[in-house]
Amino acid sequence: MDNIVGKKSGLTWAVHISMALLVALWLFPTVGLFVSSFRTADQIATSGWWSSLATQERQNPAIRIEGDVVEADGQFTISGNLFGRHGVTVSAWGTNSREPQAYAPGQTVDLGDGQRLTVQENGDFVLSSATDFGDQRLPRVFTTATTPPEFTLDNYRAILFDPKNVDGMAKAFFNTLTVTIPATIIPILVAAFAAYALAWMDFPGRALLIAAIVGLLVVPLQLALIPLLKLHNDVGIGKSYLGVWLAHTGFGLPLAIYLLRNYMVGLPRDIIENAKVDGATDFQIFTRIVLPLSFPALASFAIFQFLWTWNDLLVALVFLLDASGETTVMTKQIVELMGTRGGNWEILATAAFVSIAVPLLVFFLMQRYLVRGLLTGSVK
Amino acid sequence: MHPALQGLITIVVGVGGCVAYYYFSNLFLDKVLFPARGPQAGRNINRANMIRPWLFLAPALIALGLYLAYPVFATLHLSLTQRVTGGGYDFVGLDNYAKMGAEPKFWEALQNNMLWLIVVPAASTAFGLLAAQLSDRIRWGNIAKSLIFMPMAISFVGAAVIWKLVYDTRPEGQDQIGVMNAVWLAFEEGSIWSFVFFKAVPVLLVAGFALAVVWIAWVLARPAVRRSGPVSTGRTVAAALGALVALWLAYESLRGIIGIAMADLPYGQPQTWLTMPFWNNFFLMAVLVWIQTGFAMVILSAALRGVPEDSIEAAIVDGANPFQIFFQIKVPQIMGTIVVVWTTITIVVLKVFDIVYAMTNGQWQTQVLANYMYDKLFRANDWGVGSAAAMVIMLLVTPILVWNVYNARKEMR
Repeated sequence: MDNIVGKKSGLTWAVHISMALLVALWLFPTVGLFVSSFRTADQIATSGWWSSLATQERQNPAIRIEGDVVEADGQFTISGNLFGRHGVTVSAWGTNSREPQAYAPGQTVDLGDGQRLTVQENGDFVLSSATDFGDQRLPRVFTTATTPPEFTLDNYRAILFDPKNVDGMAKAFFNTLTVTIPATIIPILVAAFAAYALAWMDFPGRALLIAAIVGLLVVPLQLALIPLLKLHNDVGIGKSYLGVWLAHTGFGLPLAIYLLRNYMVGLPRDIIENAKVDGATDFQIFTRIVLPLSFPALASFAIFQFLWTWNDLLVALVFLLDASGETTVMTKQIVELMGTRGGNWEILATAAFVSIAVPLLVFFLMQRYLVRGLLTGSVK
Repeated sequence: MHPALQGLITIVVGVGGCVAYYYFSNLFLDKVLFPARGPQAGRNINRANMIRPWLFLAPALIALGLYLAYPVFATLHLSLTQRVTGGGYDFVGLDNYAKMGAEPKFWEALQNNMLWLIVVPAASTAFGLLAAQLSDRIRWGNIAKSLIFMPMAISFVGAAVIWKLVYDTRPEGQDQIGVMNAVWLAFEEGSIWSFVFFKAVPVLLVAGFALAVVWIAWVLARPAVRRSGPVSTGRTVAAALGALVALWLAYESLRGIIGIAMADLPYGQPQTWLTMPFWNNFFLMAVLVWIQTGFAMVILSAALRGVPEDSIEAAIVDGANPFQIFFQIKVPQIMGTIVVVWTTITIVVLKVFDIVYAMTNGQWQTQVLANYMYDKLFRANDWGVGSAAAMVIMLLVTPILVWNVYNARKEMR
C-alpha cells in the first residue's frame, strides 16, 4: 500500500529491522534456557550461555594434575591431557592463582623440589620429578584457552532416565499426563451437548443462560478453592486425581461452551432444517451433523484445555498435591527445584525444558486451531 | 491402583457415562415418557421438545453451578465467618475485612496489583499492536508472528525459570550468566550510551507520558472552562475529578524525571534484580508481558486485516503518511478489539499467581493479591481473611464481568 506508483518506501527496511529485533528479544530468553540445558554445571556457572555458541578464549578454573606415575631411567613422570578432549588451544598457563598466565605453551617450568612441568598448546602435560611423588598433592594448573562449543545430553539423562534421581522429572511427567488427558477429554463432550442446546434449540431462558456463561468466563477460580476443597473433603474425594479432573472440567466448561456455541451458531441453517424436515431427531442432528462439522472448534478448545491443564500449578496445588509427594506434577516439581536447587541451572533448565517441550510441540503442530479458537473466543 | 490405569478408566467411565446419559435419557424421553404415538402423539412431541434442551444442558449446568457459581457465594459467606476451634463457623460480620485492612502486606499487594493492572495490559497491547502492524507488512511475517506467539504455550512456572536465568546474578569479578547483568555491566559510567539509555530515553518517555496526561486533563476540563453549551453538574464533577487525577499523575511524572536525572546509578556492579524494591515488580511484569504480547498480537492482527481497504486507499490519496494511516485510520477502527484485548489481559493480571509464587513468593515487596490470598488460605490457614482477599479479586473483576455480559446481550438482540 505504501509503495504505490512504484515508489519503494524507505520504511520497509526499518520495518524488517524492527521486526527482527522484536523477534530476537522474544526468542532470546527461551533459547537461553534451551542452550543451558545442554551444558554442564561447570560451563553454566562460569560463563553466559551466549558465549557457548562460538569458540571462546577464556580463563579456566584450576585443574589439578592427576594420572599414573611412570618410572623410567630414574625419572618419575605423569603425563596426560588437562582437558580430556580435543579442540582446546592453550594460549597461556600458570601454576599460581596470582599469575595464571605466567608461562607460554610448550615452556618447561621448574616447580622446585626437582619437579618440572610442561604444558603443550593442546593441553598435553608432562610432569617429571627425580623422586617419587608419594602422597604429596600434585600441582594445579591455571590455563587461558580457546574452547570450541561443547554440549552434552547428560542433563536429560539424569533428569528423565535416572530412577534414583530425587530431582528427576519422569514421575512428575507421567502424573501431569494423567491429570491432563481426562481433564481435556471430559469437558468437551459435556460442553458440546450444552453448546448445541444453546445454539440450535429454542427454549425460554436461553438468552439468560448464555449471558450467565459469558459472566462465568471471567470468575476467578481463586474463589472456588476453599469451598470446593471443603466439598471434596465432605464427599470423600479429598485430594486426588478425581478431584483435580472434576475441578479442571468445571473450570474449563464456560470457555468450552462459549467457544463451541459461537461456532455452532455459524453453521448453515439449511442443513439442520433439512435434516429436521427429513425426520431427524435433535439427538441425530447433533451426533451426525453438528458434531462432525464442529471439529475445528472442538480442536481449538482441546488445545486450550490441554495447555491450560498441563501448565497449571494452582489447581494441582489445591486439589491434588498432598504431603506424600507421590502425585507431584511437573510445575510443582520445578517450583520445588527452584527452592532447593536454585543455583543448579543444569538441573533447573533441563527440568523446565522437559515440561515446556510438550506444549511447544502441540503449539507448533496445532497453531492454526489455536489462533482460530482465540479469534472466536474473544473478538466480537 | 496405578494412576495411569485410573486415568484410563476415568476417561472410559467419564466419556462412556456421558454418552450413555445423553443417549438413554433421550431414548427414555421419546419412548417412555412422551411417546410420539397414541391419541396424544402431537402433544407428547411438543412436551418432549420442551424438556429436551434441559436434558442436553443438565450436566453442564450442574458442573457450572457447583464449580463456579456456588463457590462465589460460599466464599462470600466464608469471608464473613470465622472458624471456631472444635468445628463450626461463627458469623463475624466484616471482621475479616478489617483484619485484612490492618495488614500492611495486604496494602502492598493491592498497590502492586494496581501497578500490574496499568503496566501489563498497556505494554502487552502496545507491543502486540506493534508486532501485528509490522508483521502484516513483510513476507516472513507469519514466522515472526508464530515466534512471538510461542510464549503463550509456556507455563508461567516455565517462564519463571526462563526469566530467573535472565535475571541471574554472579558476584563482581566473575562472568555474569544472566543476560541482564551482562548487558548492565557493558555500560560504563559517563559513556555516551549510558547517558542515552539511562538518562535521555527514560526522561523522554516519562515526559511523553506527562504530556499525554496533561493533554487528557485539558480535553476533560475544556467544556467546563469554556462554558460552551449547557454542562450538567455530574459531568463537571467527573471532569474535575479526571483532571485532578491527571494533574497528580503529571506531578508524579515530573518528580520522576527529576529523580531519573539526579539518580546515581551503580555502574560496574552486578545487580540482584529481583530484590530491588519497587523495580522488581517491573521485572516480574516483564514475564507476563512477554507471554501476553502474542495473544494481543494475534487478535489485533486479525482486526487490522479487517480494516476496509477503501478507507486506507482514501487516506493515501489524501496524502497521509504511514504513521497517520496507522494512528488516525486503522487504530480508531479497531478500538473495539483493543478494548477486548485490554480487558482480557486485565483479567489474566488479576489472577496472576504462578509467576510471583515461583519467582519471589511475595518477598521484597512484590506481593500480589492472588499470592497473598494463597498465603492466607494455605500457609496461615486463615480461611476468613483468605476468602476476604478472594472477594477483593472478585470485586475487581466484576466491572469487566458486567461489561462483557452487557455486550453479549447487546449482540444477541
